[in-house]
Amino acid sequence: MHVVILGCGRVGAMLASMLEEEGHSVAIIDRDPEAFRRLGWGFHGKTILGIGIDEDILKKAGIERAGGFAATTNGDNTNIMSAQIAKAKFKVPRVIARIYDPLRADAYRELGIDTISPTLIGAGLCLDFLAARSWRSIEQYHAIREAPLLSPEPEGSG
Amino acid sequence: MYVIVGGGGKVGYYLAKALRAAGQEVTIVEKARRRFIILQEEFGDAALLGDACEVRTLDQAGAVRADLVAAVTGDDEDNLVICQMAKRKFNVRRVIARINNPKNEETFQLLGIDETVSSTKLIYSLIEQEVEVADVIPLTALRRGKLEVVEVGLPKGAAAVNKKVRELALPRGCTLGLLVRGETAEVINGDTVLRDGDSIVAITPSTAIQALREALLGRGVPAS
Repeated sequence: MHVVILGCGRVGAMLASMLEEEGHSVAIIDRDPEAFRRLGWGFHGKTILGIGIDEDILKKAGIERAGGFAATTNGDNTNIMSAQIAKAKFKVPRVIARIYDPLRADAYRELGIDTISPTLIGAGLCLDFLAARSWRSIEQYHAIREAPLLSPEPEGSG
Repeated sequence: MYVIVGGGGKVGYYLAKALRAAGQEVTIVEKARRRFIILQEEFGDAALLGDACEVRTLDQAGAVRADLVAAVTGDDEDNLVICQMAKRKFNVRRVIARINNPKNEETFQLLGIDETVSSTKLIYSLIEQEVEVADVIPLTALRRGKLEVVEVGLPKGAAAVNKKVRELALPRGCTLGLLVRGETAEVINGDTVLRDGDSIVAITPSTAIQALREALLGRGVPAS
């Protein structure tokens, strides 16, 4: 399938190469031309310079025929808005947005936008490692709230 | 009325000031500390340091009891999120978003934010009207821009000159309201005969302005 990635940071660039490795076609958007250097020589997909909340830029990246869209810029709101455009306007079947702010990630998950909150997942992974526990599922990390994180004995930790 | 203004730039600053002058209760939210200090000078406790996109900031600002949230930062995506959060998380009745890219007006509507203001679009439409339809002067917009009240001046040789109004093929939804001739004005009816030098005040769907122009002035009349 064709996948459009917004944001050519570490995550976006890594995702692009992983997708290509699995045989998908990729178009990646960033507003900074220097960012595309992260892709390396092996990248065969398309690079588009521009901002991802601009529909014309998304169209240039082939959003109309895309089977997937991932918003991985470091701006939560840019990711939220572009993911909603991809989903509501262009009917892309699989849309994911990376959102640092856990509360915002939560709110938009309720609104039907699939979100990944690296803040909660990262902190949760560190927590479980330090407490010598086994890893939990993504849903369980997303369900962690700040209060239990700060309390000495998290629920159900035995 | 209680209004939360998201974004303390120039637009937010003057908006909050104007609302306060009109006797309304206002909280202005700004995330940049430097800017916040300036706002605090003017608004005191009514200035709040925080990111209006965040649930906790809106909560702190008292969004649950707000009658209106105006998102006026310089970034369209931030304004979208402020409005969606206010509407969906706090059930704020009315939200208004400032937008910079005029194309986002449609996107915002699709995403549930109906009231948008775009200065880019306002300025552009003024210029566009100047360039393309100089002889159709927009007077005011009704129904949030869906209808427009316009003035059309009839020069010599215009298509409608020396014709009765009923003989004109006006686009659907257009109404010719007033005839201004010299210093007098009268209500137009089907028997009114138009003359050169007349001005007509008409109400038209904004999409039919060009068609109205053609019906009254004809094709290819050079803009005066």
